[in-house]
Amino acid sequence: MSPPLLACRGLTVSIGGKTVVSGLDLTLGSGACLVILGRNGAGKTTLLSTLAGLRVPDAGTVELDGQGYAALTPRAAARLRGWLSQHPVDAFPATVLETVLMGRHPHLSRWAWEGAEDHALAHAALKETGLEAFAARALATLSGGERQRVAIATLLVQQPRVWLLDEPLTHLDLNHQIAMLELFRQRMRTEHTAAVMVLHDLNLAARYADQALLLHDDGRFDLGPAREVLTPERLTRLYGHPLREITDGGGRWFVPEARSIEAGLNDA
Amino acid sequence: MPAHRRALLIILLLALAAGVSLLVALGAGSLGLSPTQVHDALLGGGDPVARQVVQELRLPRALAAFACGGLLALAGALMQVLLRNPLADPYVLGISGGAAVGALGVMLLGVGSTFGIQAAAFVGALTAMGLVFGLAHGDGSWTQTRLLLTGVIVASGCGAAVALMLSIAPEHQLRGMLFWLMGDASQAGDPSVPLLLLLAGLLTALAFARELNLLTRGPQFAATLGIQVARLRGLLYFLASGLTALAVTSVGSVGFIGLVVPHLMRLALGNDQRLLLPAATLAGGILLTLADTLARTLIAPRQLPVGVLTALIGVPVFLFLLARAPQREQT
Repeated sequence: MSPPLLACRGLTVSIGGKTVVSGLDLTLGSGACLVILGRNGAGKTTLLSTLAGLRVPDAGTVELDGQGYAALTPRAAARLRGWLSQHPVDAFPATVLETVLMGRHPHLSRWAWEGAEDHALAHAALKETGLEAFAARALATLSGGERQRVAIATLLVQQPRVWLLDEPLTHLDLNHQIAMLELFRQRMRTEHTAAVMVLHDLNLAARYADQALLLHDDGRFDLGPAREVLTPERLTRLYGHPLREITDGGGRWFVPEARSIEAGLNDA
Repeated sequence: MPAHRRALLIILLLALAAGVSLLVALGAGSLGLSPTQVHDALLGGGDPVARQVVQELRLPRALAAFACGGLLALAGALMQVLLRNPLADPYVLGISGGAAVGALGVMLLGVGSTFGIQAAAFVGALTAMGLVFGLAHGDGSWTQTRLLLTGVIVASGCGAAVALMLSIAPEHQLRGMLFWLMGDASQAGDPSVPLLLLLAGLLTALAFARELNLLTRGPQFAATLGIQVARLRGLLYFLASGLTALAVTSVGSVGFIGLVVPHLMRLALGNDQRLLLPAATLAGGILLTLADTLARTLIAPRQLPVGVLTALIGVPVFLFLLARAPQREQT
């Protein structure tokens, strides 16, 4: 049997003296989608960057496809996991196509230039993210949502097996939010990948994730199948604001109660 | 046209322009020579006086100017990636300041030989480079802001030391010191070392060019795509500083080439380092060769410091680019 795509055992992560998680055991196989929820500053990004191997955990191990980051070269790791960052940087001018092609880097040898296949992948990714008309545009001229889709297209051409997505829906309008989540889901099925997403939209989380991780303060967490973890009681405790669940057919929606913010904070 | 063909074509055109600029430099002067005469003189034929002027005077100087222009432009392009700031120049981290302190220091002590001044300048540049690296690296964080701040502070310290030396220097040494500070190719010496090291530096940089492209989009982005960011930035720092030290040692602190040339090439050709680095190197070489030719012919037989000319050319070009840049982003 092949090893899980992403596994961590006894993972403890902290930042600035604050424990994000303590003793986290997690296994993601092909097609699995985990959503991470938590308040601002709960350490969602910190945990995600630890899973990406960009931070060393305080304790425990992270393995990609059965190997720890120490055993993987950075290039090999880049072919296994991709990360969608919250803050893309563009100090220098670049076109959309150039930026998306950068995702091919871990697949190319040192002196190689991107070939016809790489260009075909990039154009396909631009098409899937609704950016086919933007290939020659300068990045600086795009809107926030368009840039977010450029970042997603870059991740598509990187073709990682584990997708680490830090707020992938930032700046996206409603139709693109759904389109991107559908795209992730379709890719997970056809390319047997797994995804970990930080989301703020509870309803989209309930609809697209099959596992959920709730990060409370001081390292406590709830982890399990999304259907069991995403309950109004637990989410109310997580956010310190009362939430009500509304069901309709197979779907579930969480609606915040109209109650003063102060009352919610006092509960926490 | 595929990107690599376009790049090759542009590099070939620039190499051709570099050949032309060297021909101009070899032909221009009090003894004006046609390209045919230059050709004969280079191959050891033709008029013996022309042969001597070309082979012993003009060729070494033109090649040294070319090499140093290339070194400065390449170092500037690398420094801009390292600091992720398109307005960084090779001197921003204090390399030229350190070299100036070394060179002026030994001039003040009465050392007149080119070799002595060059050696002192090189030691000064390396000292500044080590100092900035050590201080910026101190707590292991090695962030861009810390590096830039440390460099700027070391540079201003060197500036104060230079001002001090200028103010206490005897009258007859002042002219030589000022020429050194403004950049002067007449004392460049043997061009083969800078040329060879320029080639080695360019090849090293090109081996990492795609990684540099990723680094311009941020260290985190680069790291997730498989780049060892700390190692790459260390390499960038030592390569850019080393190339700068070499250039400053040969021709003094010639300004603006390291800032304007990479910037100009970026506006014209885009930010792909695989094309930008060799293009900037060639264009920097061309610009300094032509500027040095002007410096020794404009008011001949007197010579102007070449750094003044590059700045006089560079300032308006740069202001023009800066005024144009926002319009370009909107198209």
